[in-house]
Amino acid sequence: MSEIINLSRRAFFKTSGFAGGALVLGVYLPELSRRADAAEPAASTFVPNAWIRIGTDDSVTVIVNHSEMGQGPYTSFPMIVADELEADWSKIRVEPAPVDPAYNHMLFGIQMTGGSTSTWTEYERLRKAGAATRQMLISAAAETWSVEPASCRAENGQIIHADSQRRLSFGKLVEKASRLTPPQNPMLKDRKDFKFIGKPTKRLDTPDKTNGKAMFGLDVTVPGMLVAVVARSPVFGGKVKSFNADRAKAVPGVRHIIQIERGIAVVADGFWSAKRAREALQIVWDEGAFAKLDSRTQGEQYAKLARQPGAVAKKEGDATGTLGNAAKKFEAVYEMPYLAHATMEPMNCVADVRADSCEVWVGTQFQTVDRDAAAKEAGLKPEQVKLHTMLCGGGFGRRAVPDSHFVREAVQISKAVQKPVKVIWTREDDMQGGWYRPRAYHSLSAGLDADGKPVAWQLRVVCQSLVVGTPFEKHIMKEGVDDTAVEGAKDLPYDIPNLFVDWQQAPTGVPVLWWRSVGHTHTAFVVETFMDELAHAAGKDPFEFRRELLGKHPRHKRVLETVAEKAGWGKPLPDGRGRGIALHESFESFVAHVAEVSVSKEGALRVHRIVAAIDCGPTVNPATIHAQLEGGAVFGLTAALYGEITFENGRVKQRNFHDYPMLRMHEMPVVETHIVASEEKMGGVGEPGVPCVAPAVANAIFAITGQRIRRLPIRAEDLRRARV
Amino acid sequence: MIKLKVNGEERSVDVTPDTPLLWVLRESLALTGTKFGCGMALCGACTVHLDGEAVRSCVTPMSRAAGKEVTTIEGLSSDVGRVLQQAWIAEDVPQCGYCQSGQIMSAAVLLREKANPSDTDINDAMAGNICRCGTYQRIRRAIHLAAQLKAQGGAK
Repeated sequence: MSEIINLSRRAFFKTSGFAGGALVLGVYLPELSRRADAAEPAASTFVPNAWIRIGTDDSVTVIVNHSEMGQGPYTSFPMIVADELEADWSKIRVEPAPVDPAYNHMLFGIQMTGGSTSTWTEYERLRKAGAATRQMLISAAAETWSVEPASCRAENGQIIHADSQRRLSFGKLVEKASRLTPPQNPMLKDRKDFKFIGKPTKRLDTPDKTNGKAMFGLDVTVPGMLVAVVARSPVFGGKVKSFNADRAKAVPGVRHIIQIERGIAVVADGFWSAKRAREALQIVWDEGAFAKLDSRTQGEQYAKLARQPGAVAKKEGDATGTLGNAAKKFEAVYEMPYLAHATMEPMNCVADVRADSCEVWVGTQFQTVDRDAAAKEAGLKPEQVKLHTMLCGGGFGRRAVPDSHFVREAVQISKAVQKPVKVIWTREDDMQGGWYRPRAYHSLSAGLDADGKPVAWQLRVVCQSLVVGTPFEKHIMKEGVDDTAVEGAKDLPYDIPNLFVDWQQAPTGVPVLWWRSVGHTHTAFVVETFMDELAHAAGKDPFEFRRELLGKHPRHKRVLETVAEKAGWGKPLPDGRGRGIALHESFESFVAHVAEVSVSKEGALRVHRIVAAIDCGPTVNPATIHAQLEGGAVFGLTAALYGEITFENGRVKQRNFHDYPMLRMHEMPVVETHIVASEEKMGGVGEPGVPCVAPAVANAIFAITGQRIRRLPIRAEDLRRARV
Repeated sequence: MIKLKVNGEERSVDVTPDTPLLWVLRESLALTGTKFGCGMALCGACTVHLDGEAVRSCVTPMSRAAGKEVTTIEGLSSDVGRVLQQAWIAEDVPQCGYCQSGQIMSAAVLLREKANPSDTDINDAMAGNICRCGTYQRIRRAIHLAAQLKAQGGAK
């Protein structure tokens, strides 16, 4: 049970001359600390909890503990609070939360953003915070008017006494409300009375994102700040053997050239001097164990690993035995490359290390981890570090780094030069800097019975682990299996009685990380293209084939039926176009896609239309769900068409957007999103729009060309071969 | 010292002539609305107007910008700028928002040249601007809307 405390009341006692006031209300889990520095109220605010601050000017500031990376918490969280609070939407302000246990993630126990969990994990807590505050404001007004609280109501930023038609704005009640004890079990609104929740609401951050005012990490400037770039090893795990900085030091504007853990830092008055000086550095690297890493030989190694049994992730029935007796047996292998997150804002961090304090400004998804890492590097206690969460110019997992390398670098440099320092990664640093979606190799066999029903499914996944050797290992490893490697593959919604899935851990060396929809990025592609293959082998329509096997999974079935209906499945298409369908559950949401594609005589692929259906349970901001599904389609399509990081001589070959292309305006298909009305458990929306885009496109390619796509990205040669 | 006019104001900066305009705007003049994305004119995040033309400031050396008029997102105060910002809000375009300054600066030149751009015009004018969040469909709608608003006499 959570506890609600009135922070302004605490402050009231502390500053006995309290007059004016503001309401900060915090809903804490009992095991968490009672500190909430950021929410420490000023004299003119009511601070009923850690989430809300009401000013005498009627402003309602919502303190948001999840990072804004484009997925919308800076709008959806205020919507939840405003609804219960009955706030005036025009008075809402948003502030990123400081680092404090009060703001820890409800599931993960640290302050972080990830796993498409923001809205659904904070939903109840924010509703309670809003409702408790509303109740306190009502009590304050009732006391003022000497009437029963039950005869008052809150509406649009005011408390109203209906009988006497008296009203007071929230700001007028700040002082009185600040003296009240927050209710522990505030009365929540009935769903039918929601004013914001479930209604498409425009983002609050758009004005500042269209006039240049929005502040991303890279935009931070602090007095006396220097700018640094770092020369890092061209091979992962390499170390500096020796270096000569004579020429680099001669570049105007250069202040310091120092060796740090991961390489040589060039610190200058500005970026251009730092970058030019870095080009003039002469460094001899000890390239280490991965100097010969090569994508081709690595592929052969993965294929070899796929022939050896792995750690068992799932065993139901007897897949091997059933396969031996199946009427028809099918086998396929799938290959998917490393992928870079390629956030539009390259990685960066500002750090200012002093003797007894450290400030960090950073767009991050891992506040607690980064704060603690900064403290360790600075030789300080975590509470001596103040981390400012900035807007993220894209995250997609890249800013949730277990080793906080991008923060530690900045702290190391600032500490060494005793100045505030902004470390800027160039696009090439970012692209070649690792932390990729792991390369994956899947080997799959399945059998159909005489009626064309699948009876056995046996899958082996080969890929690196995301968590072995990190603090997350103990939470995510399950009986020797990294759950992020097999998620989406070990629990099939389809009624297949004999199922076996195992995982072969590929050797480490390349830093890997969660990448928007994580394991589902490769498992959904394999499962859904292979299901399509089985449908055709069984002589059935791919939609009907899936639907018949979803008897135990009504939510899957409904999104599949919805997407088929909305896409006009089975209806005639313009000449030369094909349709493909795919379905997948991830992050507790259910998504199906239909893609419409054409392939020209020359083998040029064009994706014309993508229709998506999602069941994510009750919605908070449907506008955000549409935006995330549109963005997810582009993210998935970009990977399907272009995404590939490869190695030669230990070095990443791709450098920038010319050889790691992004989907562009002229390639954009029409994306339609349909939200299935649902009263089931709330799920995520940031990632679930990605996984079944690639399989829907690949299945559409098959429909038009008869060619199966079993490796990504989709290569022109595979399409050309399809024309023969 | 290199002189130039930025958003209508005369400015002079002490940098080497090879310094890209982007870093002068961001670091010397504190105009951080113009973004760094690639450094190779591949993504469009750094798009500004140089004597009215859309250029990638990350590859525009100060030797080329000297003496010229530069307009950044902060200074996009024309009718075109206002209708674009209004349309971007109406279509709820940005997600992370990092690329959007560049998108709007490219769209502004398009709308000045073509009062009622077709989808093909939009493809041609906007293909140099990457949005990793995938807001292209909304950018397209917003440009069409901005064209309409402009035809109706500008932003309200």
